[in-house]
Amino acid sequence: MDRFFTWIVAPGFFGSQPVQVAIVIGGLAAMVSGVVGVFTVIRGQSFGGHALTDVATAGGSGAVLFGLSPLFGFVGLGVVGAGVMEMIGVRRLRGRDLATGVVLGASTGLAALFLYLDATTSGTTAGATQQILFGSIFTVDSSMLPIVIGFGAVAMGIVAAVYRPLLLSSVSDDIAAARGVPLRGIGLLFMLALAVSVALSALTIGAILSTALLVGPAAIALRLTSRPGVAIALACVIGVAVTWAGVLLAYDSYTWGSSRQGFPVSFFIVALVFLLYVASAVVRPRALHRGGG
Amino acid sequence: MGATGNVEPREILRLDRVSVVLGGRQILEEVGFALRSGEFTGLIGTNGAGKTTLLRVILGLLRPTSGTVVFAADERSRRTRSVGYVPQKVLLDPDMPMRARDLVALGLDGQRFGIPVRSRRRAARVDEMLRAVDAERFADVRVGLLSGGEQQRVLIAHALISRPDLLLLDEPLANLDLRSSLEIVTLLGRVAREQQVSVLLSAHELNPLLPVMDRVVYLAGGRAASGTTDEVIQADVLSRLYGQHVDVIRVHGRILVVAGEAGSQLASHASDFVVGAG
Repeated sequence: MDRFFTWIVAPGFFGSQPVQVAIVIGGLAAMVSGVVGVFTVIRGQSFGGHALTDVATAGGSGAVLFGLSPLFGFVGLGVVGAGVMEMIGVRRLRGRDLATGVVLGASTGLAALFLYLDATTSGTTAGATQQILFGSIFTVDSSMLPIVIGFGAVAMGIVAAVYRPLLLSSVSDDIAAARGVPLRGIGLLFMLALAVSVALSALTIGAILSTALLVGPAAIALRLTSRPGVAIALACVIGVAVTWAGVLLAYDSYTWGSSRQGFPVSFFIVALVFLLYVASAVVRPRALHRGGG
Repeated sequence: MGATGNVEPREILRLDRVSVVLGGRQILEEVGFALRSGEFTGLIGTNGAGKTTLLRVILGLLRPTSGTVVFAADERSRRTRSVGYVPQKVLLDPDMPMRARDLVALGLDGQRFGIPVRSRRRAARVDEMLRAVDAERFADVRVGLLSGGEQQRVLIAHALISRPDLLLLDEPLANLDLRSSLEIVTLLGRVAREQQVSVLLSAHELNPLLPVMDRVVYLAGGRAASGTTDEVIQADVLSRLYGQHVDVIRVHGRILVVAGEAGSQLASHASDFVVGAG
């Protein structure tokens, strides 16, 4: 039994401070992504979420240039990008897509510049590119914890506050507007929550992979339940489970080969999300089909 | 709710000389009519006649260029304005994690901030509403998987559960087969009488509404004629409205509105002038 346990959890896992930090930050990022992700998918804003990862890349690489934690850049530029997208994107779907595309293009260009400067002007940031793009949660300093928790609380608070109007406008903007819902205000608040969510998952699994944590668990949850509240809870549980499993597997992976070379957390998380998504397509519950209970 | 016998209809809403000009184009021209409780009013007109614009004005989403829209104060509850709305072409995504009963429940307080608190009273009201529109059978099915007629029932229940004085429906029959259309119209006629709601339904066809329609607002070229069906659907009234000679033909309890002169130019637009031929 003991040997089985050490086979699952390599020795020193729970005692390791980087692991503890990763468990807390990863879990929180996954929870926020679950809540925000379900709305992102049902509002058809996955593309907007993806564009924000490019904005986050630019912000993160810019922050490193100034010697700050990438998180501040992820959040800072993400919020600006989200605001710009919502402001210039007219209510029509096509207009929103175009605005998103324009912001995406501009921020990718900015990211290219910042990442180049990161690599050339400072000797210590050889790993910065890797860290921003693909994440490196074991290197996050524990002093970041309160900040991460604060950002997480803001994003979850926003979604909780606008939960009903957000759901109503996801069903029909026309109905919501007729009932006096301020569509632009609600849309803007949601984009802010989305930007913070992308920033937190960028810190966990990297900017360009953060879409996986945002959209993946939500998409799986939508296949398993037809209740909005349950879908959100399920997306959180799935997200936290794959994130923690990813942290565990990455820690274990140091003992796998003889080279003592571990695999990145991001890889495991994204791989698990993908596997679960495929599995959920196979075991789609009967209740979701017509005539099911 | 409770079925009420012959309650004196009370005026819910009055439009007076409402005109709307959008982008230099006159969409509505001095439209005036009143809606009363417990009555079913058909808003009839071809595509582009201004039906959706008129509904948007009533909803307060569009300010008329001139004229007034006045809601009667409701003495029972001091609400001055409560309108249920079923918009045109609501696309309910099959991915949306929402059962029919969830969408109906959202009709109670979907515009309010915060997370809904579950309660037995809420659930009972949702059940009652689902029963009222004959939607219990599919109450637990995802809305995106329902048929067009079933979705209309759920949307009607969503609009009615907050007990509005006025229910607006924008072309709810547009994508329905004949049988579903008849069912929805019958349901709405019943709802109007039993719940003393004023129903205003826009359609480009007159005939499906004839069994339940108390009054008609007939729109053509931005102008309106209103009154009971018999008052409005007359050759002289509609000819004035269209600005050209129009015949009204009644056959087998159906009404055909036909442009009079059969010129080749008119013939090519025949479908625009034959209202309710389908």
